[in-house]
This record gives sequence, structure tokens and C-alpha cells, in this order.
Amino acid sequence: MERTIAAISTAMSASGIGIVRISGEEAMDVISRIYRSKGGGKEIKNVPTHTIHYGYIYDGEELVDEVLVMIMKAPRTFTGEDTVEIDCHGGVFAMKKVLETVLKNGAKIAEPGEFTKRAFLNGRLDLSQAEAVIDIINAQNDYALKSSMEQLRGSVMRTVKEIRNDLIYHIAYIESALDDPEHISLDGYPRQLLEVVEKEHQEICNLLKTADDGKIIREGIKTVIVGKPNAGKSSLLNLLVGENRAIVTDIAGTTRDILEEYINLHGVTLRMIDTAGIRDTQDIVEKIGVEKAREIAKGADLILYVADSSTPLDENDEEIIQMLSDKKSIVLYNKTDLASQVDIETLQKRTGHTVIPISAVEETGIRELEEEIKNMFFSGNISFNDEVYITNARHKEALEEAKDSLMLVKNSIEMSMPEDFFSIDLMNAYESLGRIIGEAVGEDLVNEIFSKFCMGK
Amino acid sequence: MKHLTEEYDIAVVGAGHAGCEAALAGARLGLRTIMFTVSVDSIALMPCNPNIGGSSKGHLVRELDALGGEMGKNIDKTFIQSKMLNQSKGPAVHSLRAQADKQAYSTEMRKTLENTENLTIKQAEVTKLLAEDGNITGVRTYSGAVYHCKAVILCTGTYLKARCIYGDVSNYTGPNGLQAANYLTDSLKELGIEIFRFKTGTPARIAGNTIDYSKMEEQFGDERIVPFSFSTDSEFVQIEQKSCWLTYTNEKTHEIIRENLDRSPLFSGAIEGTGPRYCPSIEDKVVRFSDKNRHQVFIEPEGLYTNEMYVGGMSSSLPEDVQEAMYHSVPGLENAKIVKNAYAIEYDCINPRQLYPTLEFKKIKGLFSAGQFNGSSGYEEAAAQGLIAGVNAALKIKGKEMLILDRSEAYIGVLIDDLVTKENHEPYRMMTSRAEYRLLLRQDNADLRLRKKGFEAGLIDEETYKKLLKKEEQIKVEIHRIEHTNIGASKEVQDFLTRHNSTPLKSGTTLAELIRRPELSYEMTAPIDPDRPKLPWDVQEQADINIKYDGYIRRQLKQVEQFKKMEARKIPENLDYEKVGSLRIEARQKLESYRPVSIGQASRISGVSPADISVLLVYLEQYGKLYKAEKNG
Repeated sequence: MERTIAAISTAMSASGIGIVRISGEEAMDVISRIYRSKGGGKEIKNVPTHTIHYGYIYDGEELVDEVLVMIMKAPRTFTGEDTVEIDCHGGVFAMKKVLETVLKNGAKIAEPGEFTKRAFLNGRLDLSQAEAVIDIINAQNDYALKSSMEQLRGSVMRTVKEIRNDLIYHIAYIESALDDPEHISLDGYPRQLLEVVEKEHQEICNLLKTADDGKIIREGIKTVIVGKPNAGKSSLLNLLVGENRAIVTDIAGTTRDILEEYINLHGVTLRMIDTAGIRDTQDIVEKIGVEKAREIAKGADLILYVADSSTPLDENDEEIIQMLSDKKSIVLYNKTDLASQVDIETLQKRTGHTVIPISAVEETGIRELEEEIKNMFFSGNISFNDEVYITNARHKEALEEAKDSLMLVKNSIEMSMPEDFFSIDLMNAYESLGRIIGEAVGEDLVNEIFSKFCMGK
Repeated sequence: MKHLTEEYDIAVVGAGHAGCEAALAGARLGLRTIMFTVSVDSIALMPCNPNIGGSSKGHLVRELDALGGEMGKNIDKTFIQSKMLNQSKGPAVHSLRAQADKQAYSTEMRKTLENTENLTIKQAEVTKLLAEDGNITGVRTYSGAVYHCKAVILCTGTYLKARCIYGDVSNYTGPNGLQAANYLTDSLKELGIEIFRFKTGTPARIAGNTIDYSKMEEQFGDERIVPFSFSTDSEFVQIEQKSCWLTYTNEKTHEIIRENLDRSPLFSGAIEGTGPRYCPSIEDKVVRFSDKNRHQVFIEPEGLYTNEMYVGGMSSSLPEDVQEAMYHSVPGLENAKIVKNAYAIEYDCINPRQLYPTLEFKKIKGLFSAGQFNGSSGYEEAAAQGLIAGVNAALKIKGKEMLILDRSEAYIGVLIDDLVTKENHEPYRMMTSRAEYRLLLRQDNADLRLRKKGFEAGLIDEETYKKLLKKEEQIKVEIHRIEHTNIGASKEVQDFLTRHNSTPLKSGTTLAELIRRPELSYEMTAPIDPDRPKLPWDVQEQADINIKYDGYIRRQLKQVEQFKKMEARKIPENLDYEKVGSLRIEARQKLESYRPVSIGQASRISGVSPADISVLLVYLEQYGKLYKAEKNG
């Protein structure tokens, strides 16, 4: 329970500064492993409490970011534990890198609401706040559970399940042989297991690579295209996808009726939300109704509103304009190749958002759109959903643990340890992977033993 | 009508393996104890397999012995073959198994019981539990006699509403034709206790002189026998052993079974009870593992008093004529005469989640239970629970803190925690894979783990305990010596290493590092360790294991540290889960029905998520402070 935890404690935007917070018994050890002062002489562990230090975060020999580090020792901290806050200067990517470095050096990614929970349990919050704390834990946890599963790619889910199935089979095999040595023999088995472990280890390394590319979960700026019928939404989508080399197309047919496209704009990933309806009718407003469109738009980080300049604004446009009022949006003044019925200024005034003239047919204005999105991101006007990022970090943590466990199995096999040592670490790997797909171990092993192996008197 | 009335401290219902340990523990702790049995001739009966121990069960017996139980001593007196299983594997899974002379086992146990002070044996069927305001006050027998007592321990095994079945034959008896107990279930239900119906089975017994052993492989015991009990002199157990025999079923056997499946009460639905998956009947094996063209059959002696042989691997509830044909199809059994048919047995037991880890009922104070009645299976599992229930009944009466072993301390802890915390749908059997800290819970160190607890409870005498303390000290000193003994790259050492196919040294190292090499051991390194003191073999063994597997052991110890923190956070007994806002409904219901004693136990209940645990922690913090405030105010 008292493991040391870390998380990014500010919104994940590309804007200037973000804070990575570490809390727990080993917080000072973690920071001293990765911090270097300017001259390199300062021992961060030994500085007085509640002081701020300029310096750098290093991942091994690689410089990660220039930072300010705030050292706060227990008990006068928010959580009541030793706490370190790292002010990162290099924007969202550096911040992620800092957190990763922290996680690599002994901290675990914080559970939803965990800082608040600790603050409460350590008597740092008023008793009357108990209900509020519980609500935070519950709300964040529901979200994390839901998003964790939703964000997981179908292919990743399948791979994780396959690896787990393989692992549990082998654990069950070893265990049934231990339980019933007169029925099941392990002669020559370690060599066979070594192959399995090496294969699964490689699979996990591949998954980790995927995680590093941000592909393991649906990370990116959630972007929705809206517009009245025939405004040119799908032409725009096709154009963006086609021109910008869609990085992945998810396989349809999972339980959701949402399709997604990933578009990479100069290092900024857009997660384009499309509904199955759009594909058929090319019309979100007409087919699934304004309500549905509004619902989707509500959860979006960015809305692209395609306005048809060749027809006058109608009630559909009015609905959409209302929808945009409190959202980050870009208005696309489409069909500039046709005679204009609406002027740019009116549109700008009515929506209050940047308007970019484009022609999806003649493929003009797309560069400007990309530039605008990029600028919005790097200026901090639009941001990721940070829970998504946390989920990713959690998955990576679990994958790393599974990988380490399999390495231990490999070592044990190579050291010719007895077989019962293998299954302990195999089980740890199985458990770690289970966290990714939200499955606890429970009676899995016992069930597997009984269903796959015949034993008994 | 006038009835007999007597006063006792503890009443034990049942004289099987759980009942014997419970009664002995109660009486040895100085409490007036009475043990009821439907037949004094069936005390410590072994109605199924003729052996004690085996993988993980051997651990249980060792632990039981360390705590002051009787099973280990009793089997040491009465075994006819002994084997240490898994010797080619790690020390954590070494497990002793001994073939017993069933009659001798039973007789020896009876003698021990009869010679124990404070212990009364009574042949009578207990038909009713007496309770007032949620406290047990005594028991009543079939004759109407009343026995007042402060604690009752139910160890009814497979006898409650027992029914034995094969084919369409069904007898309302306990195992081996013994009288079933048909009334107690109703009394339990009246007290609001939830009842399960489980099923198990046993194979046929065959006349030994009708078996053709030439068609079977002989199975010998170990050359050097290790006793079960830490108190048994190992010279005492070096006896002449009886052999077991191995043969196999074949396609013909399977065909006979398949052709008659429709006549099996299991497949026709005549048996309702839930059977154990780990000891499936032969018809079950044939159906579920249809790709296997043969199954092992172990022919094991039932004892020296009889030529009856147990047919291990072929339990069944098929009709008599099918059994006959099926057994005769096995090589060596062609002309075998069946003495006792195989049968399945159904019985009432409880949902063990109604118990605290002390094995006391949550609803009824002073009522304890142990053994198959709690939904477990196996003699060893039963005995282990019996001891814990007996000790706790006694400690409770004495007003002392009861004994709970946790999952990091003993297999017994794992067994009881699993029973009272997890959903249990079949008779529970111990397995080494159920113990997450098994590298620490070895059969070789059960005394080091548990003697102290046995001493504190009062079952281990001071002399025995002092011996243990001495052993502990010797181990500590020797490990320290080995870690600090430097070995130089002398010619003698290099020759030694080369001789044992071990890489020669580049520079000096410690003796410990050499012992850690897979190809070497403590014993082997004696020639290059001139200062080695002369130590008892069990001290040497501990030094060897602790040095050799140091890295793994350390890792598990670290996990145990985390585990202990969760166990240490206690949940008040009277916590009202309705008042814990924001618990999910499923979690609330589960917590309400299991009423876990600690956060650790709560976290192991299926359906209780980490978020629920957080909610509970926050609530307990608030509750704790409010409670304190109330007390102070």
C-alpha cells in the first residue's frame, strides 16, 4: 500500500509547464537517481525540505528535460508522505518522458484518486471530506476502468490474451506435475519452456514498442468533423486520411459502432472520430440526429466544422454553431471552388472561431488547416485527454513487469533451477498482463489444471 | 421424561481425522472434552485411499506436527511404505507420502485418545445443537441426553445425510456401510446455517491373492525413510516396506465405460452433489480426456492385517456388473475378486464462508467446525482444521487470543483462508500452487515456522521448544559463517571445481557463492571448507536451502511484507457495510456475507475491487477517528 507513486498532476497540454508529482517512502531515492544539478555537485536527497532546485532530469546518460524540482519531506505535504514535484519545461513530450523516467526508477503510476486517498488516510484532509474522497476514487476509477478497456486496441487485447493463455497453460502443466508427480513428468520440459518464454518475451517487447509509438491505446486529440448534409465532411476526412498517411486504421467490428482514424500531423496525432452512420450516409446530422452529434462533439478535444459556402446557412448550421460555442473548433469554409452564398467574415463572427477557406475537391487549404491544428496544439489551446495517457503508462508498466518476470524465468531455466521456480515468475507475468485487460487471476490456474490435465486418485 | 445431563467444556462431534485432532488439542490444553462418534470402532478411519501425505498434503501434516498435532506421530507408528515425492525438484515442493496400515492407524490413534487426560469418548449420534442468544450451550444426542458445554466443534465428515451410490443402488449410509447422521442437518438449518451438498467417491478394494502382479510394475518406497514428525527418531522408521504396483487402463476398459455411461448415476442425474475435479472417477476421466488411451492405476495395500488392495485411479459409481468388467480389463486384474465395490458418496456440508478464520461460526459464538464438513476433502486437510478448531475452542474458553495462521505462515493458513474467503463449489483440496509464498512454506522448515505458535498455544512443551531455539541459533550461525568464508583460487579448489564440472575461479569468492552454483551444494563443498563444524543434518539442510535459494527467498519475503501490511489492517467485527457510502452493490453484498476480518482478507473476496478497498479504507479511517472521538468524548 505504501509503494511510491507518480503521475502528471497538471493537464496534458503542449503549453509551457507541467508538473510530475512523486509521493511515497522512496520519493527521494527516485529523484536522486535521475536529477543532476547544473554543476553536478548537489546531492538532492540531502537538501532541506520545502526547497526548490534548478537542474536536469537524466534517463541514464540521456538528458530528458530542464526542470525545477521541489523537495518536500513528510509530514508537511499534501499526501503526508515524502513528495517531490518536478516542474517540466519542455512541453508535453518532455513531460511524458520525465514521468517515464520516474517510473523506470522505482515509482509506480498512481491509481486514480490515489494522491487524495493518501492525503486522507494520512490525516491530511478533514474528516468531513471523506465522502468527497470516496467520490473522487469512484468517479476516477469508473472512468479509468471504462477508458482502459475502450482505449485498448482490439489487436493488442488479442495478443495479450494469447500470451496469457499460453502462460497459464504452461504454469498449469508444471503445477499439475508437481501435484501429481507420478502421473505427469517434466523430463526435458525446461528446454521446451525456454522456447515458449523467449517467444512470449519477444511478443511483449513488440507490444512495448507499440506502446512507445502511442499505438497501444487510442491516444491522440479526439477530433470530430461536423457539418450539414453534403457539406463535404467525408471528402475532408478522406483527404486528411489519404494525404496524411493514416497511421493506423482500427478494425471495425468490436462492440462499438464508432470508427476511428489516426492522422499524424507533424508529430501531433489526431484521433478522428467517425460513426458507422457517417460511412453509409455521409451525414451525421440527418442520419443519427443532432442529439447524437452533440453527444459526440461534447466529448471531443477538437471539432472541425465543415461549412458549405455554396448554400446559405440553415437551421442545421445554427445547431452546429451553438454546439461549437464552448469547444475548441476550426471552421472550414468549404467549396471555395463554387459560387459563394456565405461570406467568411459572417462565419467568423457567428462562430467566434478561426475560419479557413478550403476546397476539398481541388484540395486547397489543407496545408493551412494542418498548420492551424499544429499551432493550436503547441500553443496549448488543445490538449490530450490525460487519462488516456495514464492508461498507456499503466499498460506499459504492466508490460515491463511481465517482461522482467519472463527474464527471471529465462534465467532460472538457464541456471538449471528446479521447475517449481519457473511457475512462480510465470505466474507474476500472467498477473501483470491481466492488469492490462482488466482480469484478475482468481481461480484461473486451478481451473486450467483441472480442465487440461488429468490427475487424481 | 428424565434424561442424562452432563457438563463439559468442549464437545467434539465426530471422530475422524478432524475430530481426533480437535479433541486431543482441547483435552491437552486442559479442558474437559467429550468426543462423539456413531461408532468407536471407526475412530480415525481411512475410508478412502490408504495413505497420508502427498504433494502439499505432506506439508499440512508437517505443520500440524510442528503445532503439536497427532497425525504425523501416528503415521510414523503405522506406515508400511514411505516416499519423499518431487525429490528432483525444488525443496519447496518436496512432499512426504506414506502408505498406512489402515487398521493400525485407527487403533494407534484410539489408544492415544484413550490415554489422554480430560478426554471422554462417547458412542452416540448428536442430533441437535443447543444455543441461546447466538451462543452455543451444548448438544443433545439421539437418546435425548444433554451435554452442556462452552464450545462445540463439528467434525461430521461425510456422515451428514450420507448416501452411497453405485449404478441404481443407493444406500443411506456413511462410508463403508457405517451409520449416517440424519438429524443434525435440520438442527443446523434451524440455526440459520447454510448447507451445501457435496459428493466424492472411492474405488473398489480387491483381494490381493487374486491379482497377477507379474503384469504390473513394482513401486518401492524410499531407501532412507524420513519420518513425518519432527519428534520421531529417524532410526525408528527404517522398517521393511510393502510395495505398491502400477498398471494401466486400456482402450477396452474405456470402451466398457463408454458403453455403460447411461447407467452411471452421475450422468443420469441421480447424483446431485458437486464432485471434486481433482479426483475424477474413471468414467469422468474417460469422458473428459477422451484423447488419452490409457490411465494409470495404482494398486496399494490397505494394510498388513488384510490382503485387500486399493485400486487407485479407478473410483467409480458405475453399476456392479460394469465395475466387474471394467476392473477385469486391466492387466493383472483379469481374475481379480472385488471385495468392496467402488461407490460415490453424497453428504451435507456447510458453505465455509460462514466461518471466521478461527473456524468459529460468525453467527453462533462457541460453535466451531472442521474437516469435510467445511467443504474440504482429504484426511490431512481435515486434521489441520481439526487442530485449529480445537486449539481455538480452548483458547476462547480460556479467554485468550485465538490462533490464526495467515497465508505467509503456513499451508494451514492458505487452506483456511481459501475456505472462508473464496467461493467454493467442490470439495477443496490443498495444492502447492495455491500457496503463493510456497518457497517459504516448505515441509523442511515447518518446525521453524510453527513450533513457537504451538508452544504459545500450549501444545508444545518447553523442552521441545528449547530444542527448536537451539536449532534456530545453529542455523543462523552457520549461514553467517558460510557467507563470510572466503575461498581462494588455490589449486585444491580449482581441482575440486573441475571435478564437479564447475567453472574454475578467476579470483577469490565466498563459500556461499559456490553453494549457489546449481551443480554444487553445501554437502558437496565440505572438502574445501576445512573449518566446517559438525552439525545435525537438519541444520545443514536449512543452511543449504537458505544459501542456495537466497535470491528467490528474499523476493518472497518482500512480497510477504506487503501482504502483512494489508492483513494487519483489521476491520471491526460489527462494521455496518450499509453505512459505507459508495460501495458498489456487489461489493457491499459480498462484504456483508463474508464479513472479512482484515483489509487483506477483504481484498481476496471475488467481486471486491481495488476501488472498493480504497473506499473501505477511507471509511475505516473516518470510522476509526469518529470511534475514538466518541470514546474520548
